[in-house]
Amino acid sequence: MMVLAVTLGIFLVVAGLLFYALIRYRHRPGDSNREPAQVYGSNQIELAWTVIPILIVMMLFLTTTRVILGTQAVPKPKDALNVTVIGHQFWWEYRYPQLGVVTANELHVPVSDPAHPTPTYLEMSSADVVHSFWVPRLAGKTDLIPNRVNTMWIDPAQSGLYLGQCAQYCGMQHAKMLIRVYAQSPADFAAWVNQQKKPARQNFAGDPAAAEGEAVFMHNACINCHTIGGTVSTGRFGPDLTHVASRDTIASGAVPNTPQNLRKWIDDPDSLKHGSLMPSMHLNAHDLNAVTAYLTQLR
Amino acid sequence: MSTTTHAVEEIAETQALPHGHPPLNVVYEWLTTCDHKKIGLMYIGYALIFLLVAGVEAMLMRIQLAIPNNHFVSPQVFNQLFTMHGTTMVFFVGMPILFGFGNYLVPLMIGARDMAFPRLNAFSFWISAFGGLLLYFSYVGASGLYAAGSAPDVGWFAYAPLTAKVFSPGHSTDYWTLAIFLSGVGSIGTALNFVSTILCMRCKGMKMSRMPLLVWLYLVTSCLVFVAVSPLTAAQIMLTLDRYLGSHFFDTQAGGSAVLWMHFFWIFGHPEVYILVLPAFAFVNEIIPVFSRKAIFGYPAMVAASVGIGFVSLGVWAHHMFTVGLGATANSFFVFATMVVSVPTGIKIFNWLATIWGGKVIFATPMMFCVGFLFQFLIAGLTGIMLSVAPFDWQLGNSYFVVAHFHYVLVGAILFALFGAFYYWYPKITGRMLSETLGKWHFWLFLIGFHLTFDFMHIPGLLGMPRRIYTYEAGRGWGGWNFLVGIGAVIQAIGLLVFVYNLVRSYFKGQEAGHDPWDAWTLEWSTASPPPAYNFAVEPSVNSRRPLWDLKHPEDPDSDYE
Repeated sequence: MMVLAVTLGIFLVVAGLLFYALIRYRHRPGDSNREPAQVYGSNQIELAWTVIPILIVMMLFLTTTRVILGTQAVPKPKDALNVTVIGHQFWWEYRYPQLGVVTANELHVPVSDPAHPTPTYLEMSSADVVHSFWVPRLAGKTDLIPNRVNTMWIDPAQSGLYLGQCAQYCGMQHAKMLIRVYAQSPADFAAWVNQQKKPARQNFAGDPAAAEGEAVFMHNACINCHTIGGTVSTGRFGPDLTHVASRDTIASGAVPNTPQNLRKWIDDPDSLKHGSLMPSMHLNAHDLNAVTAYLTQLR
Repeated sequence: MSTTTHAVEEIAETQALPHGHPPLNVVYEWLTTCDHKKIGLMYIGYALIFLLVAGVEAMLMRIQLAIPNNHFVSPQVFNQLFTMHGTTMVFFVGMPILFGFGNYLVPLMIGARDMAFPRLNAFSFWISAFGGLLLYFSYVGASGLYAAGSAPDVGWFAYAPLTAKVFSPGHSTDYWTLAIFLSGVGSIGTALNFVSTILCMRCKGMKMSRMPLLVWLYLVTSCLVFVAVSPLTAAQIMLTLDRYLGSHFFDTQAGGSAVLWMHFFWIFGHPEVYILVLPAFAFVNEIIPVFSRKAIFGYPAMVAASVGIGFVSLGVWAHHMFTVGLGATANSFFVFATMVVSVPTGIKIFNWLATIWGGKVIFATPMMFCVGFLFQFLIAGLTGIMLSVAPFDWQLGNSYFVVAHFHYVLVGAILFALFGAFYYWYPKITGRMLSETLGKWHFWLFLIGFHLTFDFMHIPGLLGMPRRIYTYEAGRGWGGWNFLVGIGAVIQAIGLLVFVYNLVRSYFKGQEAGHDPWDAWTLEWSTASPPPAYNFAVEPSVNSRRPLWDLKHPEDPDSDYE
């Protein structure tokens, strides 16, 4: 705020002087053709407009440093939640090491009560190229860089959905590497954690389509890239699908998570997000319906 | 004295002997010329063509972004567009057009007959020109026009490891790398030429302390080119080694460093802004005094400020990397250095103000563009101070706020100063004046379009819109602002076309200019318009910073005060 006031002040003064000078000293039609008095400079004036800006700069610098140290050197509270964020082309992997939860693209965090702060500390890295985690209403951005761990923390005071997205150009679908942060009350958050910790549903006795879909899934290349807890599917290249049906969106926030979209996504990912690294699996219509039915059961 | 003149004229006549028949001999002459004026004009012409190309790329992007969820171009084409737009504007418009004016003006202003190394000069031009053609050949090469070729799509700062062979297969990145490499070689050659020319070729009496400020600024810019462009050029070789010979400088999958590339790029990238803006200052330094009818205020302070900006600009690059996690100490250092740049820059603005103060301001087109420059540069500088505050940058870095900020510098300041330079020196270059009426149309259209585009572009940035996205959702509140920005872009494009029309029309129909249409004071106005191949029949001799003032006002010469 102070920066804004200072820069606005400078702007008004200098722009005012500029326009005053232009109008006051314009060449008027009736003027004589004599050249105006030639002034070559003045050391006192030069000194004045060197020293004053230096003082302003020192002031701005000191306040900035105070904020930088304030943000980067805050002690971490004991109740802080740790989340490991891993950037991928073009989606986000979130791992909660204290809770044993792994999810993708939709980050759930508890709302923090000022009396008992429970901020979320993010440890960030990248699996491929440089990304940047930016949720404007929660915090500034921090880059996710391969071979390097950066940290930042967020401390939302109000529950709700916070939107953000990748802020460092990372390839074809940089634009649709969206972030959704759900800040939840401690009770809601605990309920979400409990549900995520349950193993994926195993028994599809009453649901033949889903049971068949599971078989199709496990016999295709899907398992090379995706993990579904408790099955042979343990790939790490794509998002964890153990509880995929509990998420509101697919394709990193590109489209709502409806059975139609899910089917379209499995059939032809490029139609929803051109250039995403998920290949089309070339399943026939029957298998497509089955896999869709299976995935919609993974709550 | 008269014998010298005769000898020079004879030489000029022998040189003018045609090789072959018209129009082939004209082409031959331009292709083989080592004359600094012709090379300067080729630089300017080539840059103008690329300005139109990159302008079209900008228009396509604005159409795509004008409304949410637009499908005007595919994501890949969009990514190629912003990569090509940025690369072209910086390397094949900005640098060549400024080098072009420098080539034309520096020898004339210091009373020399040519640059120190005319053949190196021609080599530098042709190698840079080849770089630009190679970059655009990428559109035609590989899969051809139907698939929009394999134009680079890694962004103009091409962050590693996106450029590694794994993430960027094919040859698109190679076109980019080689084009930048060639342009770098050309730039370094030209910089070397400027430094040698300015240090060794000044006419009698032209002490360093009497050089026009334009020449001083080209000296500082050239020194910056040495320091800044060399690492970038070297980094291109390292990247090529990574891609083809298995080295691992930037290859993170084999232990290379992504941050290393950022340092290499920005130790070039930030001084680069000053490489571009110092020549713009140079034009303004010449134009404002002439149209205020006063000597520049505080010449020594202006020189000191220019050199100061040059030095400090070498220590600010990591303000592009505040979000990389360099730590509080490093961040604080770069915050400080970045803020300090505003001091010498402020001195310049104040001195220009003081030059206007007490003068008789004539609002011819060159001066109007300079006033636009002053106003917009002031705003750009202030948003720059805001961005230098690291916590502010954590929020707004890589957002449309930054895009608006640097376009304020590149368009609002540099391009406006350049337009001023065109209107000011066109009479010298062609012997004819540019039309003032069309000039005023150009100025007002461009000014309105500029403010519509770049003032409103700050707002989606503040609302959280990152740069380099090919589309966005309707619910984010960015749509209306982007639409306004698009309208502004159209108005700017119309203004630019008026300018191009003016350039062409005035060449044939413009009013005759004579030696010195602006009643100016530096040496280039003492020779014919256009100047003969040898520039000056007799080597000039000067006694002050404004030799023509001394001639015109023998009763009150500058030399009495220096």
